[in-house]
Amino acid sequence: MKSFIPLEAVQIERNFCDVAPAFSRAQAKVEADRCLYCYDAPCTRACPTHIDVPAFIKKISSDNVVGSARVIFDANPIGATCARVCPTSALCEGACVENTLLHKPIDIGRLQRFATDYAIDSRRPMFFSGEPNGKSVAIIGAGPAGYSCAVYLKRLGYAVTIYDRRELAGGLDTYGMAEYKMTQKVSVEETNLARGIGVEFRLGTEVTPELLVQLELDNDAIFLAVGLGQTTKLGVEGENAPGVFDALQWIEQVKTREWTGIPVGRTVAVIGAGNTAVDAATQAKRLGAERVVMVYRRGEAEMPAYDYEYELAKSDAVEFRWKSAPVGIVTDANGAVRSLKCVETLPTVPDEKGRVAYGMVEGSEFEIPCDMVIKALGQSKMTAFLSGIAGLQLDGSGRVKVDEGTMATGNPKYFAGGDCVNGGREAVDAAQMGKLGAMGIHQFISGEIVEFAGARLPFVEKLPHEIELPVPTPIAHPEASAAELGVKSYAAQG
Amino acid sequence: MADLTSNLAGISSPNPFWLASAPPTNMGSMIERAFDAGWGGAVWKTIGEPIRNVCSRLSSIDGSSTQRMIGLNNIELISDRPTEVNLREMAQCKRKYPKHALIASLMVESNREAWHDIVKRVEDTGADGVELNFGCPHGMSERGMGSAMGQVPEYAEMVTGWVKEACSLPVIVKLTPNVTSIIAPGRAAVRGGADALSLINTINSITGVDLDTLIPNSNVNGKAAHGGYCGPAVKPIALNMVSELARDEFTQVPISGIGGIKDWRDAVEFLLLGSTNVQVCTQVMHYGYRIVEDMIDGLNNYLDEKGFASVNDIVGLSVPRVTNWSDLDLNYHTVASINHDKCIQCNLCHIACEDGAHQCIPLVQIGDKRFPVVDETECVGCNLCSLVCPVPDCITMVSLEDRGAPMTWHEFTNGDALVQATTEDHGGISNGHAITSAPVGTPSEVVHGSAS
Ligand SMILES: Cc1cc2nc3c(=O)[nH]c(=O)nc-3n(C[C@H](O)[C@H](O)[C@H](O)COP(=O)(O)O)c2cc1C
Ligand code: SF4
Ligand code: SF4
Repeated sequence: MKSFIPLEAVQIERNFCDVAPAFSRAQAKVEADRCLYCYDAPCTRACPTHIDVPAFIKKISSDNVVGSARVIFDANPIGATCARVCPTSALCEGACVENTLLHKPIDIGRLQRFATDYAIDSRRPMFFSGEPNGKSVAIIGAGPAGYSCAVYLKRLGYAVTIYDRRELAGGLDTYGMAEYKMTQKVSVEETNLARGIGVEFRLGTEVTPELLVQLELDNDAIFLAVGLGQTTKLGVEGENAPGVFDALQWIEQVKTREWTGIPVGRTVAVIGAGNTAVDAATQAKRLGAERVVMVYRRGEAEMPAYDYEYELAKSDAVEFRWKSAPVGIVTDANGAVRSLKCVETLPTVPDEKGRVAYGMVEGSEFEIPCDMVIKALGQSKMTAFLSGIAGLQLDGSGRVKVDEGTMATGNPKYFAGGDCVNGGREAVDAAQMGKLGAMGIHQFISGEIVEFAGARLPFVEKLPHEIELPVPTPIAHPEASAAELGVKSYAAQG
Repeated sequence: MADLTSNLAGISSPNPFWLASAPPTNMGSMIERAFDAGWGGAVWKTIGEPIRNVCSRLSSIDGSSTQRMIGLNNIELISDRPTEVNLREMAQCKRKYPKHALIASLMVESNREAWHDIVKRVEDTGADGVELNFGCPHGMSERGMGSAMGQVPEYAEMVTGWVKEACSLPVIVKLTPNVTSIIAPGRAAVRGGADALSLINTINSITGVDLDTLIPNSNVNGKAAHGGYCGPAVKPIALNMVSELARDEFTQVPISGIGGIKDWRDAVEFLLLGSTNVQVCTQVMHYGYRIVEDMIDGLNNYLDEKGFASVNDIVGLSVPRVTNWSDLDLNYHTVASINHDKCIQCNLCHIACEDGAHQCIPLVQIGDKRFPVVDETECVGCNLCSLVCPVPDCITMVSLEDRGAPMTWHEFTNGDALVQATTEDHGGISNGHAITSAPVGTPSEVVHGSAS
């Protein structure tokens, strides 16, 4: 498809600058000083990797920024990535007590970015490898789950090699994040921290069944972090037209930042309303599309994207067609996209689990004129690859079944984590699974139990030491005066 | 990884961070949790004849809405637990934590037998040393104990002597800052045989008054008494007193620095000014034992960064940099320099200089903005503007090259008799009352001389 480039490259460059710009030192300090340094902090509880948030913020306050970054990376090896792409308003910042106190949570994400950027820019070591223990682990997939697992295993002294078919490490952190949230450079530099402690990367290497057999022979365990596969098919006429794109593949092109080579239509229809769909829609807008319409089969309330993503799309003037299902892509004689053909949908009566299906309304066809269609329909599972591994069990949706504590699969030598296990969630969830996987692998190989920072909630629910709970006294009659209740009023004694 | 092990007069600890004698060291189970959190040592809450406390006991002042309790005041007395219980737990705790420093803080009536008796009982617990509480400034002092001893050098010397007669453990004397000069009681304790000094205990204070009830803090059934002040607000007072003793040739014993230490930076300052280790109370009462983690981590990173192999290498490094006013260079001259690229035009420097200093930062129109500009010919280099500027590194003080050769007040006045420092020992038992004693080199005449 011919590119439509209405914007100057400088303007596009400006459109793609950081949505959440870096803090200066002064900003970071003022923000850090606002933190109440909560005990058993709700932010730490809300973080899937349980970073000790008040500890790292306090260290920014005391000008111990390197120490701060170590606290972060200790619990989350992709701390710099998460600082940018985590849905913080749904996690740590959503839980911050300052929401109630000041209606303004501590900007934890940006403080985390401040500390981790400082550490990476000043080239401070964040990890230290353990004494080599003579054991080796192969990790398939250099995304957040695989990378995290590699870091923790290396810290324990394992020889670790990560295989990935792509040329750069980082998986979706490198290839799939909206460019205005995070550039490839961040993810690549972050993964270099692991190179620094001797994790081996075999990039551009497809793990074929033959190679897998070899890896099984050469290693003491294998961690599967293969993620998900191709975007699911729409299954309608015109889907193969040149103006129809897969959201993830298209975003990958955006990430090259070669603005003039990126295909973008004058009017773009985006199918789907998840976070990836929003990423595609907003980036199409930022590249200069005049109109972007998101088409979703269900209603606004069911939109799967986070609220703040929806707000971002709205502020980029993206339009929405709710309760509309695509049924075909209309092309002209040259095969160019002319419009997206849709029908209106209506919710059915909820089933006993409360789920509502949407049925098509007969005779309600309509067309959205457009010259480009981006499909953001979710990804298929890596079923073909995974079903080749003996003993591995997949659930009904094609996800690898694991033990939640150790990430062990049905095959004792294999552990798994990340999107191939949870079906596609946040990078931070994958990082946590990598950590648990490393602990599980270590236990499997050595019999020893290790516990990394944030593997579990850092505070136990019970009180730290025995106290006698007071026996509740019956509530006094509300009309009784303070004097009758024996309460002395100092104010009255003047 | 620098070596953080520390040794105060023969008492070793895995790091220089000790808990001061106070509520965080009330009992064995607390100290054990503190050791688990990383504290290197603990001075047990002062033991003596059990007392009765009043309620309420604490009050404070805040720095800002987010920085509460920068100063804390208390009218709590010594331990209200039976001495046998304290000593039994002390023995258990020491057995469980042999590598940590465990010190018994003591305060009994001014009676030789009473001191001999308590010291013997402490020795039986296996504790590493004793600290004599000559500092508590409220309640106990009204009964002739605590600061009543620390304020009278003869007493301090006498009681320290009694303890030394009976005690084989290192004896630390904890001093009160409620004196005109810290030198006299410091020297007296050393004459009495003190193996180390610790300071400061709390400072007489009233933190405020309830504007509705008109009752000062903290309210004990409608009345209040002065208490002892501590927390971050007292650090500068403590630092000065530590440095005075570190400089004094007659008190060359190790110092345990106390007063307002909130993080590793404060601790490093105490070490640089002559403390061998530090003790902390208020910050732990505020945030819990966990704060020691960043103290250790930050100190370690600092030492690594600066290339010091051991924490002991920095003890006293800044002491030679402290001198008497009359030995400062009168010809040294700095002026403020404002970086206009960083300036946010808050104009705080302007108004501070205008109303609080020497009217040498006028506002000048540059392009479409009004910038503060330093008039270097008028600037006296006082630092005020750089202290109020909210932007880091925006105002710097630069030293002028074309100034005269260094010249001190001594040189300027040609050795005038008035400014001659006396080397006579003012802290002696003969004229020992604190009011009449002054530190070497700073008799009151000097102050008058320089101000005229
Ligand atoms: C509530 C309270 C009780 C204290 N009790 C004692 C005590 O029993 N013995 C003692 O030597 N010092 C006592 N102190 C003084 C502290 O040990 C310490 O010298 C002082 O608080 C200064 O240190 P900081 O600024 O770190 O708090 C007490 C302080 C507080 C706040
Ligand atoms: S009373 Fe509530 S708000 Fe106050 S310190 Fe306790 S937990 Fe926090
Ligand atoms: S909840 Fe907010 S205020 Fe509390 S520790 Fe976390 S970031 Fe700080």
